[in-house]
Amino acid sequence: MNLSLLLEMSASTLEDRPAVTSGSRTLSYAQLDAAARRCAAKFLSMGATGVVYCGTNDASFPIAVFGAAYAGLPFIPLNYRLGDEQLQPLVEANRGAVIIAETARVPGADPEKVVLRSTLLDAEFSTKADIELPAFVDPEDVAIVLYTSGTSGTPKAALLRHRHLTAYVIGTVEFAGAEPEQAALVTVPPYHIAGLANLLSNMYSGRRIVYLESFDAQVWLDTIRNERITQAMVVPTMLARVVQLLDGSPADAPSLATLSYGGARMPLPVLEQALELFVGTGFVNAYGLTETSSTIALLGPEDHDAAFAGDPVAKVRLSSVGKVLPGIEVEVRDEDGTLLAVGEPGLVFLRGEQVSGEYESGSVVDAEGWFPTKDRGWIDQDDYLFIEGRADDTIIRGGENIAPAEIEDVLRRHEAIADAAVVGIPDDEWGQQIAAVVVMKPGVSVSVDELHDYCQLHLRSSKTPYRIEFRDELPHTPTGKLLRREVLADLLG
Amino acid sequence: MDIKAGSRLACPECSVELVVVRPPSSPVVLTCGGVEVVDAAADRPGGGHSDTSGEGTLVGKRYADEDSGIEVLCAKPGPGALAADGREVPIKGAKPLPSSD
Repeated sequence: MNLSLLLEMSASTLEDRPAVTSGSRTLSYAQLDAAARRCAAKFLSMGATGVVYCGTNDASFPIAVFGAAYAGLPFIPLNYRLGDEQLQPLVEANRGAVIIAETARVPGADPEKVVLRSTLLDAEFSTKADIELPAFVDPEDVAIVLYTSGTSGTPKAALLRHRHLTAYVIGTVEFAGAEPEQAALVTVPPYHIAGLANLLSNMYSGRRIVYLESFDAQVWLDTIRNERITQAMVVPTMLARVVQLLDGSPADAPSLATLSYGGARMPLPVLEQALELFVGTGFVNAYGLTETSSTIALLGPEDHDAAFAGDPVAKVRLSSVGKVLPGIEVEVRDEDGTLLAVGEPGLVFLRGEQVSGEYESGSVVDAEGWFPTKDRGWIDQDDYLFIEGRADDTIIRGGENIAPAEIEDVLRRHEAIADAAVVGIPDDEWGQQIAAVVVMKPGVSVSVDELHDYCQLHLRSSKTPYRIEFRDELPHTPTGKLLRREVLADLLG
Repeated sequence: MDIKAGSRLACPECSVELVVVRPPSSPVVLTCGGVEVVDAAADRPGGGHSDTSGEGTLVGKRYADEDSGIEVLCAKPGPGALAADGREVPIKGAKPLPSSD
């Protein structure tokens, strides 16, 4: 199966149903399909070996994604927010690719290969390209190259083949299952796996996508109300800003049936407030990785409702990522590869048709098909998966494995604290010691001693931070992942 | 006919078009309305089927035959029903999930 088939089926079945809205422009499924085919022919006539997209969310994004698929070329979205010196090597690594960009100047690009994204919506674009599209695109071909956010170092190019992404979509989405009035608001960036998976799922289900170029809490809420949005997906930073803006008043978003979140760990206080303010909205926590074609586990609305109603077991599970999707297998192993029992934390391994586990430098999947996520976690007796964080982030203090997330959750619950980061700093006696960097809420103050006492009250003494410092803000990726190596460098510098 | 993953097949007599999700593990004759399906690029006379009483083949549904292992996705619907070596090919049930994206 090939990604373009997903759109082809929707276009021939749903025809004039609206598919994508961006600004004042809406394209129907048939229009989107026609534009993607035109662009595919144009890309091939330019001799492109791939399609790079460097820009914000826009109607040109789905055209470029499906245009690349129709042409049988890999689609390579780049983070437009990167500085020139970071963007240039990524552009140069994809030298044969056509580059869809917002402006003509792209660092490291051959000007002849740059196409302004506004022209993708132009029917004149490519009308001269009299090129037949390939009748067969091998499911083994690379569909998407995604540079991982690289919270622990240089970005790596993850490869997703057509068969991985189509397995995810046809395995989890009912074709044309959406009602005509359904609309999904998308603010996750196009260079993130969530943005791509979201596009494929929504197009296959027949749901209109409404794109916002950038996230603003007020614009997001206004758009939900004005466009009668039924589905939205956010990363934790976005939900935190929405909750902050609402400041205790109800969200007044009656059309919003589902609000899903993922991309990074959600702070519990933010989630609990959001559950209170979004009355009638079902919450979904989606966990997945770039290398697994996005979502592999879900915590659904019933679990969120039960937690909100006070069920003690459900409250614990609110910090889980729910159960794995049908077709996904999960194992938790220790450092030596031994399978661990229920409840024991260790390294999380995944297997399934949507799991790629492959990079440009090679595959990390073992002979039995298991992909090492490098996340640490555990599974409870009813198969709920709990993710503690990246294995690389685990603090080992005196031989004890400590997940920074647990300490961060406790700190974030303190009334004076807006955000917190916990890292391990080298220590001659303990191997590592726990250090916390906290951001205070405006207009309040708290001392290091008070925070220390507070941590001792809520955590075992071995988990109480040894060093606590204050900062004005913490470094995050655009999807809200904490950049711990920068926090650590700051503390050690 | 060589049936590989991603191949596009079509009924020569009705509008049904299929995409192979999983190729068969043993040779199998896949038919639509009793007529063997062909490569989608091949000639399709399109005379129709004599028996169109069933629900036919539905767009977006996956059809899987356990015996041969073949699984196809219906890309275009039609009145013909699928069979593998004469066995009716059932729809592969999908568990609806809450929208995560």
